[in-house]
Amino acid sequence: MKVIEIQGSPDDFFSDQIAVVDADGIRKKTRLDVVDHWPVLGDYLIIHAGFAIHTLDPQEAETNLRLLRELAENVLAVENGDDRS
Amino acid sequence: MKYLDEFRDQDLAKPLLKELRHSVTRPLRVMEVCGTHTMAIFRNGLRSLLPDGLELISGPGCPVCVTSASHIDAILDMAERPQVRIALFGDLFRVPGSSGLSLAHASSHGAKVDIVYSPMDSLELAKKHPQELVIFLGVGFETTTPGIAATIMAAQNSGVDNFAVFSTHKVMPPPLISLLNDPELQIDGLLCPGHVSTIIGARAYQPLVEKYNLACVVAGFEPADILQALIMLARQVSQGEARVENAYTRAVSWEGNERAQQMVNKIFEPVDMEWRGLGTIPLSGLAIRESCCHFDAEKRLDIKLIPAAEPPGCRCGEILKGKERPPQCPLFGSRCTPGNPVGPCMVSSEGTCAAFYKYG
Repeated sequence: MKVIEIQGSPDDFFSDQIAVVDADGIRKKTRLDVVDHWPVLGDYLIIHAGFAIHTLDPQEAETNLRLLRELAENVLAVENGDDRS
Repeated sequence: MKYLDEFRDQDLAKPLLKELRHSVTRPLRVMEVCGTHTMAIFRNGLRSLLPDGLELISGPGCPVCVTSASHIDAILDMAERPQVRIALFGDLFRVPGSSGLSLAHASSHGAKVDIVYSPMDSLELAKKHPQELVIFLGVGFETTTPGIAATIMAAQNSGVDNFAVFSTHKVMPPPLISLLNDPELQIDGLLCPGHVSTIIGARAYQPLVEKYNLACVVAGFEPADILQALIMLARQVSQGEARVENAYTRAVSWEGNERAQQMVNKIFEPVDMEWRGLGTIPLSGLAIRESCCHFDAEKRLDIKLIPAAEPPGCRCGEILKGKERPPQCPLFGSRCTPGNPVGPCMVSSEGTCAAFYKYG
């Protein structure tokens, strides 16, 4: 879910650490107490039971997707009679 | 939604499925460890599309399903005590104990039971009901535990006295070792859980590779993620290799979420834990440390776990070990249905029996 607001700071453990997140217009608050990397506005979070557990790495997501697309294109190329290389 | 829809693209999944058929060169038995994977595989219709020779076995990765009958009995005992309010994630509400009764029954007879979305909600309940002891039922794997550790820390910091956690938390690698030591269960590879691995890191599976020569691939939850991971597993096995691979790098690193690991270690310590179907497995659970014992419901209410029999005829134990499939259970679909469950695998939204009943 996409971060649209952040309350608190990573160093202040005595005030609530919260992100407001949005998914297709649905907004809710999620805790940032255990998140691995403090997010910035526009980041995407993986959330479990009200806690963000991971700030998604956009570069890694694009790499994941690129590798999948390359794999798929390779299969289609073989079907079309091209070399698998 | 961004970073989800792309991985659900049919134009991506179709060639991946073809590549999977090409990659499976010998009979292949893969255990999907995580209940969310089990549900995702059914919900997306992947099971019926898989090539001949690739068998998927559901493992012990549904936390409600592996909660023992003796723990359910202890929960029912707590719920009936005066001035106690139970807070829990919804799945556990209808799981029957050894008497056949559940928290749903207890609630209808006056027990105070609240279903919450987050453990932090149970802390709010404690503030709202200062005359009661609010007990959060800690049921879950490594993905859930950090949030509960953070909630206990928040209770400490805010001086909330009437809050405690009943910890049946479990950790994932030990039951896998227990299963792999079972000569009856032949597995070629593990489809390793996604969000558990976000916390513990892909490195957690390296000992399984070294000791059991087992192919391990961490997978995400969308169709393309799962197909890619199965391709990687099939390739490893057909090439006679075994290593940890990560097909979910956007969410899982080699080290995991070290901040969450530190918080869990501060509040919890490893203990032997009873699993439904698997028995007691050394160091497979987490108990609240002595330094935080005020928040330990088991100590605070002096709860004793009493050995309890599984419901007669229920095959959840064998299903959780991957030795049987739900339709082999004599109760499946007749006496045991989602509307009237006998065993926990039919209750939980991540349970194998519920998945077979809904999609099988």
